[in-house]
Amino acid sequence: MPRSRFTGLIVIAVVLAVLPFLLPNNFYLDLAIRMLINACIVLGLNLLIGFAGQISLGHAGFVGIGAYATAVLTTHYGWSPLAAMLAGALGAGVLAALVARPIFKLKGHYLAMATLGLGNIISIIVRNEAALTGGPDGMPVPALALFSFELSGEKQWYWVVSGILLLSLWASLNLINSPFGRALRALHGSEVASQVVGVDVAKYKLAIFVLSAVFASLMGSVTAHYVGFVTPNVADFFHSIELVTMVVIGGMASIYGSVIGAVLLTALPQALAGFEGWETVAFGAILMFCMIFMPKGLVPTLAAKFGRR
Amino acid sequence: MALLEVSNLTKIFGGVRAVQNVSFAVDAGIVYSVIGPNGAGKTTLFNLITGIYVPSEGQIRLDGRDIAGVAPHELARFGMARTFQNLQVCMNMTALENVMVGAHLRLDRNLFKGALRFPSIARRDAVLREEAAELMRLVGLEAFTDAHADAMPYGALKRLEIARALAAQPRVLFLDEPAAGLNPKETGEVDILVRKVADSGVTVVLVEHDMKMVMNISDQILVLDYGRKLAEGTAAEVRRNPDVIAAYLGTHQ
Ligand SMILES: Nc1ncnc2c1ncn2[C@@H]1O[C@H](COP(=O)(O)OP(=O)(O)O)[C@@H](O)[C@H]1O
Ligand SMILES: [Mg+2]
Repeated sequence: MPRSRFTGLIVIAVVLAVLPFLLPNNFYLDLAIRMLINACIVLGLNLLIGFAGQISLGHAGFVGIGAYATAVLTTHYGWSPLAAMLAGALGAGVLAALVARPIFKLKGHYLAMATLGLGNIISIIVRNEAALTGGPDGMPVPALALFSFELSGEKQWYWVVSGILLLSLWASLNLINSPFGRALRALHGSEVASQVVGVDVAKYKLAIFVLSAVFASLMGSVTAHYVGFVTPNVADFFHSIELVTMVVIGGMASIYGSVIGAVLLTALPQALAGFEGWETVAFGAILMFCMIFMPKGLVPTLAAKFGRR
Repeated sequence: MALLEVSNLTKIFGGVRAVQNVSFAVDAGIVYSVIGPNGAGKTTLFNLITGIYVPSEGQIRLDGRDIAGVAPHELARFGMARTFQNLQVCMNMTALENVMVGAHLRLDRNLFKGALRFPSIARRDAVLREEAAELMRLVGLEAFTDAHADAMPYGALKRLEIARALAAQPRVLFLDEPAAGLNPKETGEVDILVRKVADSGVTVVLVEHDMKMVMNISDQILVLDYGRKLAEGTAAEVRRNPDVIAAYLGTHQ
């Protein structure tokens, strides 16, 4: 039985392996790469929202920290991409740890507002520090060079990002089925029950918040290198909402749902491109439809329908 | 020295004195029951001892150590476990996982080792799965080892909480109305289970309305009424106590 946990992982690995040979051109490969990057961020966010039951409406702020740490430190200070990436992750982690204690004293709407505020602050800072960040216009980012190897072209990026996603999926599946992960899910299920069996609830909330912030930051750095340009949009409220929507549509507390949610919602704007300015409305309508008819999200709903829990 | 010593314990909610100046001691290895009408303060007393509430006044000593106001997750380290009158089962997990969570403090909880599935973690989890299944058999839930918690009936969930508490391998176990809402057959099973647990050396502190069970099982009984201690003694002593007859047993018979 524990083996079957990884069936989905194997399916995804196979799909990822054959996909580039089926895609007609680089436009689709680029779309696939953006889907995979989003899937990684959403996976980290789902650990926080879906598994631990703690909402964050400011998660794009952490993506922004990674993206701008990479952009600013490599461009203005000549840091190596790896060092810049790690500095961003460290910064995101420290910030998350600092705000976690007061933030997680809050529940429900208050927690949502506090994280939203945090995301907005980060977004405003990158918008205003124009001398460093280029302000609202954004700034270019050099290619990702690790040691003497420079990553270039959609093909290379695709394999790298696929590898990151598969590793993240594997680690997440392990985590939620480890003692740490069970404690995390337990505090979501019943905070008081988890406390009386010895779970230090504050510590676990902090740990998962820091982990998902660090991961978001790392993926922000990766995005910045891949796109070659960053704008403040990466950190803004709409992006945070987009990420939460991916979690919810795919399915809270569903590892594979994170991937499905990210894939669908990354593809959606392309599919809706014909709507000329009505994309946002269509986006909202689809979200409403999903919430009304599939409040648990796609993957859990379908899994229940086909008799697998 | 008694395992648990409560002295002059008081808890005030706004104007309500839920627990007033209550003192008692529980020796290791016994079944100690707390009875009293609804609203007498039994659950509040449990919540004070297990760290959910901070006392307004008074001391609580475990092994002579003052534990009043210590957080629940710290108390778990000292060998305290409990169940809840209003169910506190994690409905987002399977029945077996709920029991496994009970063993939290006995496991390596390292995040990174867990994420990388270190062989030591995988091995320990495999053993724990067996232990948890065994505990589910002990409480009579062998039919539910593969069930999701949200698919289980009420009576089964009550016993699932007992299994989870036992997974912690506690020294003292607090059971808040474990037989409430159960049918007579299930109540009988819980009765036998509590005896088994007590016989294995675990000190049991029990709140229960089923008088047959309480009178049969308890070494000592504490009677609460309006937050105050009304009487304390063996089943025979309590049954004979005129105050108790007047205030509680009389009205419930
Ligand atoms: N969290 C709380 N806030 C306010 N009042 C409470 C709280 N918990 C219990 N009470 C009050 O304390 C009294 C004792 O309740 P409780 O301990 O639940 O009684 P029992 O378990 O004996 O039925 C009741 O009057 C109840 O309303
Ligand atoms: Mg009660």
